[in-house]
Parts: sequence; C-alpha cells; structure tokens
Amino acid sequence: MDIQDIIKPENLVYDKPRLMNDNPMHYCPGCSHGVVHKLIAEIIDEMGMEESSVGIAPVGCAVFAYNYIDIDWQEAAHGRAPAIATAVKRLNPDKLVFTYQGDGDLAAIGTAETIHACNRGENIAIIFINNGIYGMTGGQMAPTTLEGMVTATCPYGRNVELYGYPLKISDLVAKLDGTCYVTRQSVHTAAAIKKTKKAIRQAFENSMAKKGTSLVEVVSTCNSGWKMSPEKANTWMEENMFAKYPMGDLKNE
Amino acid sequence: MAEEVKLMKGNEAIAHAAIRYGADGYFGYPITPQSEIMETLMEEKPWETTGMVVLQAESELAAINMVYGGAGCGKAVMTSSSSPGVSLKQEGISYMAGAELPALIVNVMRGGPGLGTIQPSQADYFQTVKGGGHGDYRLITLAPASVQEMADFVTLGFDLAFKYRNPSMILADGIIGQMMEKVVLPPFRPRLTEEEIRAARPWATLGKRADRKPNIITSLELDPARMEENNIRFQAKYAEIEKHEVRYEEIDCEDADYLIVAFGSMARICQKAQELAAAEGIKLGLLRPITLWPFPYEAISHYADKVKGVISIELNAGQMVEDVRLAVNGRVKVEHFGRLGGIVPTPDEVLCAIKEKLM
Repeated sequence: MDIQDIIKPENLVYDKPRLMNDNPMHYCPGCSHGVVHKLIAEIIDEMGMEESSVGIAPVGCAVFAYNYIDIDWQEAAHGRAPAIATAVKRLNPDKLVFTYQGDGDLAAIGTAETIHACNRGENIAIIFINNGIYGMTGGQMAPTTLEGMVTATCPYGRNVELYGYPLKISDLVAKLDGTCYVTRQSVHTAAAIKKTKKAIRQAFENSMAKKGTSLVEVVSTCNSGWKMSPEKANTWMEENMFAKYPMGDLKNE
Repeated sequence: MAEEVKLMKGNEAIAHAAIRYGADGYFGYPITPQSEIMETLMEEKPWETTGMVVLQAESELAAINMVYGGAGCGKAVMTSSSSPGVSLKQEGISYMAGAELPALIVNVMRGGPGLGTIQPSQADYFQTVKGGGHGDYRLITLAPASVQEMADFVTLGFDLAFKYRNPSMILADGIIGQMMEKVVLPPFRPRLTEEEIRAARPWATLGKRADRKPNIITSLELDPARMEENNIRFQAKYAEIEKHEVRYEEIDCEDADYLIVAFGSMARICQKAQELAAAEGIKLGLLRPITLWPFPYEAISHYADKVKGVISIELNAGQMVEDVRLAVNGRVKVEHFGRLGGIVPTPDEVLCAIKEKLM
C-alpha cells in the first residue's frame, strides 16, 4: 500500500481546527496558550457559532489571540475585557461572547471588572489562564504567584508578609450569585485537555442559554517565566500550583 | 404638526435626545452635576420601547470600556460623566481614538483639580482639546450653550463620530446641565438593525461571515513602521475634520471695537455683558466657538485686524485663551478673564473686567 492510499478523508483521525489559521504563533515552546486556543477554535466550530462569535483579547501574552483564531475579536485595554464583553453581549444577546485573560489582566488590574461582570451575571464566558506570573513583560510577580516563588520582581521569592497572598479569584467569583459555572482545569496531559475542552464547551453553552457568568480557570505553565524546561514545568505545576489551585468544579448550577 | 416645546434640564435633554436618536446603549456611573442623564434614561426605560440598553457600571473605567465594546460592534453608544470621572475615562478615550471607534462622551464639567467642587467650571478645556489620554489623537469637541444645543449635539456628536470613526465629546458645564430651558427634541428615529450596521459599518465585530475576513478592533501595532502609518492616517483624518467641521456663532462682531471669545454657559453671560456695554455705547462683539476642536482659528484671525483688543472669558484660569492667542498671533492685545473653582461671574463683573483689561 502506498502512503497516498492512506491519506484519505475517511482515514483522518486528527486535524488542525478549521478556525485556526496558519499564522506562526508567538508563544514559547511548551506554553499552554496554544492548546487552549486550539480548544476554543474547535468548540466554536463544533457549536456552529463561527458567524456569531466575538472574542475579547487581553493585554498579556494572549494579546495576539486574534491573530490565530479566525473569528471577530476586540482587543481590550489591560484588565477591561469583562467590561467590553458586557456591552458586546448586552447589545448582541444572541452572540457567543467570551474573554480570554491571564492572571495579571484578570486578577490584578482587572479585578473590579471581573468581579462586577460576574456579580451582574453577564451571559459571557471567561477563559482564565493562570500561570502565576506575568509572561509578556518578562516574568514579574502576579497576584497568583505562589508563596516563595521567584519572579523578576520578587527575586528572593514571594514574601506574603510584604506582597500578600496568592489570590484565588475563582473561589471568590464562585461565591457570587451571578456566576453559574466556575471550574479549574489544566492542559498538561491528554486527559486534562479533554476535560478542559468539556469545561469550555459548557461555559460557551451557558453563555448562549443565558444562565449567567461562567469562568474556566486553566492552571498553566509559563516555562520561560519559570525558567524551566516544558516537561519540568509540568511536574512543578502538578506539585506546587495544584496544591494551591486544586483541579475541579468550584460551582456548577 | 407644530413642534412640541418642552421645559427641561440640559441633562434631561441629553437623555431624551439619545433615545430619540436611536442610540443602542448608554453606560455610566453617577457623579454630580450630571446624574440626571442616567436617572432620566432609567426612568424612561427605553429598553422596552426602542431597545436601547442602559447600564449603570461599577466605575467610569468600566463604563468607558463598555462604550468601547459597544462601539466596536458598530453600535451607537455613549457615556456621560463630570470632570473627575472623565479623568478616569481618558484611558478608554485614547484606546477608542487608536482603534478608530465612534462614540459619544458627555462631560458636564465641575470645578477641579482633584475632587474639587460640584459647581460649574470650564477647566477641562485643556484635557479635552489638547489630549487628556496618551498619544497623538484628537477628540471632536462640541460646546453647547443652551438646553436646545444639549439635545441637538447628541445627534451632531453621534453623526460626526460615525462620519469620521472617532469619539466625540459634548463639553458642557454644570450650568448647562442643571438649568431648565425650552427645548424642541429631535424626532424619533429607529435604531439600525444588525444587517444595516453590517452594511454601513463593515468594520464592526458582529460575527465573521464567510464573505469577509475577521474584523479586529485594536489599537495595538508592534511594528513601528505600520504604527507610524496608522498615525499618519489619523492625522489625515484630523486634518479633514479641521477643514470641514469648524462651527462657531458670531454675535455683533462685524462693527465691534472689542471682541469677546467665550464658549458654553460663559458665552450666555457674555451676551448679557454685551447688552450692558451697548447701553453705554461700547461695541462688543462675541465670537462663540461651538466646536472647541476643531477650533475656529480663522474666524478669530479675521477680526484680529479689525478690533482694538480681544478677550477670552472662561470659567478657568486661562485655557482657551492660548488658542485665541494662536489665532491672533500677536496682531492685537489678547487678554483673559475668568473665575475659578466653581464661581460664575456676573455680566457686570465681565464688563468691568473688559474695561479694565482692554480699554
């Protein structure tokens, strides 16, 4: 049998999502963003929402999310994505509206916008990438940086007496009456990726069913910022990040 | 049918005019002296009639970013605030200028700096026409001097914003916002449908259909060569606005011996001072800039060779006077008179100042 006989549509078991384009990604090798982007592209395609989806990109490493997934996007000022998503969804109730934000964007400068969008129960989905560090600006301390973790702005480790505690913002928004679904997932194994895909799909479906705000936290690695190999970063995440940010649903109503 | 004349506050006129314009959304945060705008909208419940969304945000920052989001969808959206709140909105205004988003922002000015006072002021002139936010951008600025103009400039502000894909501002003050006057509201017009917006504003993010590429609303461009091109495009647009959209009113300027330049509520007080002066045989002209940017440099320049002196009268320490001096360019004496911190001068006080400084 020739190899060309095997390359047939009926033999296809895996493909690049249709909505992902061929632009070379700027993300570091080992970064979690690419995997989550792929899941979002797959889900929008599977839900048949390509023509009525609007994504809100953050400031941070994912600022260029709009370069990779071929839907309409708005690029937000730092931390303001939930406010922008609020208006997009309220003015277009039948669209799928989601934000894609990192921990600095969502849990530091955008804390007020995050909490109030969740508290109003805006029918949006928030995809929250938590890698415990500011990636784009070069590895500074984030609100989610673990105690003792070394970053460019806490080079001797995060001292909680000086800089406060790692902020578990998903636990916080789970307490709000406006949220319907808050879950914490990861994408470091094939099984975890499947679970995260299911979670994002549910968040998007909640948005369309107008059930309230859904937040999917994806605990992620930043192997460049953490100064580790991708493999070691995965292990370090399991051993350290998961202890502070345990996997699973915080709320599912 | 005869036009229906109503009596209402300037702030209320803004709210009614917005509903009648067919605005899609209002996003605001309460602050004196303009809270009646959102209060009136909430009372009118336009979501039940025209479908307009009205939302009280958690902060001015959130409100202006909601406006960014709505404008990015090609919707007619607005916000309003007063000076301290407008300072908070500057981030969003700069981003909207950079992303070329049309929207209407209302500033009913109060005295500053800081928390200042809730009394009227015109001390945000610099902030509005010289920058405010970061970067090389311009804000189309309309200065109403009556409740009628508060209503009319909602339509004009939205129309100019959409014509040039640029935010525009109604720069009023506490007097114009709070005083009651007769007003004829604009006729009702329906909000645009999604299909109409898709046709008229093909850049809007309403979902990517198969017939086009994704629409991206952004002010970011890391390649400096492309960012310079963007800036050059903005500047060309601003030059077009300066060429076509200058608006001003002249009252008895033609045979005047002295020229007053004043905007908004101060122009109304100067009109009374003109009358007092006329009774004494003093010929004062009043040139009232309606657009503060683009500024009526040429109109003022025209009188620089005809009058004995020019005075800029403002509720601030001397801001617009800098533009008046640019227009006059040293050909005749230019003075400034203003009261600060929320004090409004009387017509008598204005006339005394003109005599003292120019005569």
